[in-house]
Amino acid sequence: MADLRDLYQEVILDHHKKPRNFHKLEHANRQADGYNPLCGDKLSVFIQIENGIVKDIGFVGAGCAISTASASMMTESLKGKTEAEARAVFDRFHQLVTDHSEPKPDPATMGKLAVFSGVREYPVRVKCATLAWHTMRAALDGSNETVATE
Amino acid sequence: MTMIADKTQAFYDAQKMREDFPIFRQLVNGKPLVYLDNAATTQKPQPVLDALTRFYTKECANIHRGVHFLSERATASYETSREKVRHFINAASVQEIVFLRGTTEAINLVAQTYGKTHVGAGDEVLISAMEHHSNIVPWQMLCDEKDARLRIVPITLTGEFVFEQYKKLLGPRTRLVAVTSVSNSLGTINPIREIVRLAHEHNVPVLVDGAQAIQHMPVDVQALDCDFFAFSGHKMYGPTGIGVLYGKERLLEAMPPYQGGGDMIISVTFEKTLYNRLPYKFEAGTPNVAGGIGLGVAIDYLESIGMGRITMNEQDLIAYGTRLLEAIEDLRIIGTAKNKASVLSFVLDGIHPHDIGTILDKEGIAIRTGHHCAQPVMEFFKIPATARASLGLYNTREDIEALLAGIRKVKEVFR
Repeated sequence: MADLRDLYQEVILDHHKKPRNFHKLEHANRQADGYNPLCGDKLSVFIQIENGIVKDIGFVGAGCAISTASASMMTESLKGKTEAEARAVFDRFHQLVTDHSEPKPDPATMGKLAVFSGVREYPVRVKCATLAWHTMRAALDGSNETVATE
Repeated sequence: MTMIADKTQAFYDAQKMREDFPIFRQLVNGKPLVYLDNAATTQKPQPVLDALTRFYTKECANIHRGVHFLSERATASYETSREKVRHFINAASVQEIVFLRGTTEAINLVAQTYGKTHVGAGDEVLISAMEHHSNIVPWQMLCDEKDARLRIVPITLTGEFVFEQYKKLLGPRTRLVAVTSVSNSLGTINPIREIVRLAHEHNVPVLVDGAQAIQHMPVDVQALDCDFFAFSGHKMYGPTGIGVLYGKERLLEAMPPYQGGGDMIISVTFEKTLYNRLPYKFEAGTPNVAGGIGLGVAIDYLESIGMGRITMNEQDLIAYGTRLLEAIEDLRIIGTAKNKASVLSFVLDGIHPHDIGTILDKEGIAIRTGHHCAQPVMEFFKIPATARASLGLYNTREDIEALLAGIRKVKEVFR
């Protein structure tokens, strides 16, 4: 079952069971909803931006282990980042879970998020891993439309 | 394949039937394929594959057109398939068998022809709460256009059609009842004969979505007395892209055509076009000739086994699977109707169906996860999705045991 553990790493299972920042934000000034019609995953991301910095970020919703853990770890990784930095992390994360080119993006630059590198081998699960991220970016963009990853 | 009469209690050897299906000769993720996604589509037996190859290799021609040898032979094969379909569902006449792309197109056809000419402002179309999107959306579109009302017969917590509510909802404004024979997400078998009888007391015709019934049980449209019956070839071991609308001749005759084009006409001038007779009136354009021929061969294959025996085997597996799954802690079966066919839908506490599907796939087990194109059903049970195992004629108790072992593995990963 070693290869399954590449996808379902302990850190991912832990964030799935105990998602961090799993709540609405009272003072959010950015918000967006995401929906993956393939598996029914739904989540909302709330961001409080102050002086161009992600002061606080939270999410609510229901989804699979990959999407919940990804959302949870995203909130941890983005707190304190500037808006531009958050967008840059989005790009790197997206590349991490989708890029099949060699050499692979260096997981070391991803910090804890590197645990999602196994997702690359499961094309149908990429949308689970990126749902929260697309939703976060839509929130930054101020988009009112529900983000759908299918 | 030997011919075995329906009534014999001859040993049902699903393992042997598997040999007729080349797909099982491969490993999936290094494991023998355990295919439990038959409600999505079924695998194809060698005779069906051979028929497709033969058609394109030796018999390819357009039908109803040429006077040449190949065209005549292709026409004959295609029309022989129509007769096989007629016989398979015991329709009164081949004129009542319309070849289309599938169940979805069949339902849309009825909505856009019968529906458009019989449903007006303030009228009602009645469906059930367990319908597939393809038996919801065409009616919604019709009702929106006509300012009519779509009304829903509720289901119980076990996933059964609430007959008492149905009685109340059937009224003077009801113009059509459209209901599934077997629910694709819950497995519930609906009491179609009683549903039809009651509708007919109100002079309301009934369309039956037979997509999940035709491959699991004998179907007799005259005994059911339904007015329309729709099904797809690919869910009954035939090719994709071919399906059937059965309609009572009297109704089909009175309906306007669906699409215009070649083959559905007798004569065309710029002033006036005369439409062809049934069933060709509804078959504009070159049809799926190979698919139609392949569907006929799939029916031969099913009849060589006997639908009664297929039902018996699948019923045994449903009972066996239900018993095994019920014993798993934290597992809830969604859809526990008394009469069920093929479908074992379930959820596990704290584990999303999508994760279940990925882990089972690693074990070579193919199931469906998601809302199964039945979002209102998911909403009713307050779940985002289910994991669904669905059976076919080649499934065995070993497949069910593999599913059980797979679910144990899922729980292990998530422990």
